[in-house]
Amino acid sequence: MYYNVFGEKVSRKRYKEMVNAAKNRRELITAGLTSRRDLMKLGLLTAGGMLVAKSGLSARAYGQQQAIPPSGSNQVCLPGNQPASPMTKAFVDPLPIMPVTAQTPLASLVNGQGVKTAPTICPNTAAGEVRAACHQAPELNPAMFPFPPPRIYQMHQQSVQLLQSPSLPKQTVWGFNDGTHGTITPGPTYQANYGTPQLTRNINALPPLTQNGGFGMPSVTTHLHNAHNPSESDGNPCDFYGIGNFADQYYPNVLAGFSSTNPPNGDINEALSTLWYHDHRVDFTSQNTYKGLVGFYCLFNEFDTGNEETGFHLPSFPQFDIPLVFADKVYDSESALLAFDLFTLDGIIGDKFLVNGKIQPFFQVEPRRYRFRLLDTGPSRFYSYFLTELNNLNQVNPFWVIANDGNLLPNPVEVTTVRIGPAERVDIIIDFSKFAGKTIYLENRLLQINGQGPVPTPPFTAPHFGAQVECSNSGGTVLSDILPAGSGNLLLQFQVSSKAVRDNSVDPATNPSFYSLPSTNVAPRIIRTFKFDRLNGQWSVNGQFMDCNEFRFTVSQNSSEQWLLTNLTGDWTHPIHIHLEEHQILTRNGLPPSLAVEHARKDVTQLHPNERVQLFFRFRDWVGKYPIHCHNVVHEDHAMMALWHVVANGGDNINVP
Amino acid sequence: MQDLSRRNLFSLAAAAPLGRAFATAKSAAAVDPDPARSKARNRIQELHLPNVPLISHEGRDVLFYDDLVKDKIVTVNFFYSKCDEICPLVMANLVKVQKLLGDQVGRQIYMYSITLKPDQDTMDVVRNYRTALGAAPGWTFFTGKVEDIDKIRKGIGFTYPEPAIDRDTSQHIGNVRYGNEPLMLWAACPGQAHTKWVAESFEWMVHPELNRVQKS
Repeated sequence: MYYNVFGEKVSRKRYKEMVNAAKNRRELITAGLTSRRDLMKLGLLTAGGMLVAKSGLSARAYGQQQAIPPSGSNQVCLPGNQPASPMTKAFVDPLPIMPVTAQTPLASLVNGQGVKTAPTICPNTAAGEVRAACHQAPELNPAMFPFPPPRIYQMHQQSVQLLQSPSLPKQTVWGFNDGTHGTITPGPTYQANYGTPQLTRNINALPPLTQNGGFGMPSVTTHLHNAHNPSESDGNPCDFYGIGNFADQYYPNVLAGFSSTNPPNGDINEALSTLWYHDHRVDFTSQNTYKGLVGFYCLFNEFDTGNEETGFHLPSFPQFDIPLVFADKVYDSESALLAFDLFTLDGIIGDKFLVNGKIQPFFQVEPRRYRFRLLDTGPSRFYSYFLTELNNLNQVNPFWVIANDGNLLPNPVEVTTVRIGPAERVDIIIDFSKFAGKTIYLENRLLQINGQGPVPTPPFTAPHFGAQVECSNSGGTVLSDILPAGSGNLLLQFQVSSKAVRDNSVDPATNPSFYSLPSTNVAPRIIRTFKFDRLNGQWSVNGQFMDCNEFRFTVSQNSSEQWLLTNLTGDWTHPIHIHLEEHQILTRNGLPPSLAVEHARKDVTQLHPNERVQLFFRFRDWVGKYPIHCHNVVHEDHAMMALWHVVANGGDNINVP
Repeated sequence: MQDLSRRNLFSLAAAAPLGRAFATAKSAAAVDPDPARSKARNRIQELHLPNVPLISHEGRDVLFYDDLVKDKIVTVNFFYSKCDEICPLVMANLVKVQKLLGDQVGRQIYMYSITLKPDQDTMDVVRNYRTALGAAPGWTFFTGKVEDIDKIRKGIGFTYPEPAIDRDTSQHIGNVRYGNEPLMLWAACPGQAHTKWVAESFEWMVHPELNRVQKS
């Protein structure tokens, strides 16, 4: 008779896995693994850089809160339980490049596949549309925002069986079908342009719950993350709809300030570049985004043109401008099917790393400059990206950051690493000419063992980490949250060809200028404080919890505010996202941000342990409801969110909403 | 610890006059016409919904998964009778939630509250606590063995990563787990969230297809 941790009978196979898990852990700890060589010796990493997940690392298999990836020497720090997905081969699948979203002729919205009704300015409830209000844009300025707009898209959100690794069976995931490219996840990439409004009909064509494969709520609302969008098209978490219903979402693609501070076209220094769309269904966002409801939205203009011969001369889209969706996931050790921990409050850490929907793919590149748009879809993991050459681990390989949260910086910033958390984006330029003929890796070297965020760096404010984490290489204490080169998670392999090619993109070393940062020298109408905390396990904002029926405060349209985000806990990092407009970080604990890349426009700000961050905002042009929330989607789903709204006249004086 | 021996079970049953005899504590597998779904449901049970014995405020002996959760829409939270900070707020809120849900509770939705201090909270204490609170039929309170209750708590994820805090009952998780077992639909909300919103959240388990818009 064999028993699991609940004292329940389990199969002999399962019991052996549990015993093996304990044995593996002892081996790893005894071995004192600190280098790639050590891992290879133990068979955890092959010469080809293939990371081997030892089967049975976990006694409880998937989804433990104290979960770490069994790849790389993150394994030197092992908490009690780890997930153990089946072994997968790395770098055998090419990197998928999401196709550009295909437009739909207006006529086929009425006659083609789908809901079969022309778009209307006010919600067409009779036809099954679920939208909170009439479209603001065409009512505000029909010349600037015609209805219907010149570009129409129709997205069916559907279930599909896809291979995520040749080592695993096909997985039931949810994706987007634009009518041309089939159902894919990540969804197709929108190629949008400022000055060209567009409409997307998002149709919920998901299967009934009985076919969800164990998790996922077929009830959706699609948020366009970071767009300067009217509330009714924002994809608010409190406006959601079931199977067979739809929402027509009008994206004006207009610069902030167009009807307020900078008429008639808005402030060019508020231009956005890298946005993404994702499901935002209140309380179920983590399941639905993990299941695949994510995609990119790249927004171009006369400067960021997508053509390296013009404008800012950034690498041409889509050949040399590559969106990358990062997601960490867990697969059940028995069925090898995608698993999701439905029962965690802390967050979910996976042991398999997907880029654009494939586990550890490779990408063949030319020896020239590329723009990569890196997006962390979570659920809860942070990444510190490095470029690693496995045969030359001491070599430091710098690259350039050109945009933070998809907003171009004033100038490129040269870095050796950059860190992002869930929902953040960073656009980088890698010059592969110095790696001609070589193989290099995009590596995550950040140590994170659970949903709390990265392991806090010294001096530790959370003494339990020393006890909880068994670290053989450092006498029981974690000394750094950055792992040695080659010992982290190898995410993406670049195979660089040796043949020299044309490159007309701008060299970031020449220090080109992009947009200036808009002035923050504006007296705020009000300063508001938001305290993010955990009260008896309940994620809270100012001691209160998400309620779709309540607006916590009212912002006056076209006003400026300062928000103080505070995190008085010593061991949680919360990536805080605010809809409608970007913010700038004025201070972190009273000082201007120390990182050059944080002198930027942001829509998600990492709120580190014991930190108070001061943000500058303008709320322009649109009215309606928007949320502020933690984008660790597990925290978000457990009420770490507050709804507020913008009204035309007035605005309240609530300092602590 | 790991063996729920028959002896233990029978001693529990003996302590409860209305108890029924258990043949085994192994969960009867969920029966679903679709084998893939059966497998997925069983996996969730195996990992998160332990089939451990509890005693209801009425003195009924039950198994957590087989008798309380399987094939049902449920809410689960924890309390203890002498808890004077979090529990009164959450439990008073749930009384109002139950009123809002009306006769759905006990027909479609089963509410469960489990004591975290079964040594103090005997069946009689739990029953009196429930009566004083004013819980209506359809909301059942449970005591049991410390280690069994801890398995349920950990199984449904009401834990802290910090072991010291996790052991501190006074800081226990104030969330309410809610789910539709056959549909494998599970979520949680703060027990202190606004009453109407908690009730609305529970109703998604009955009507997951509902549309919603929030007017500004």
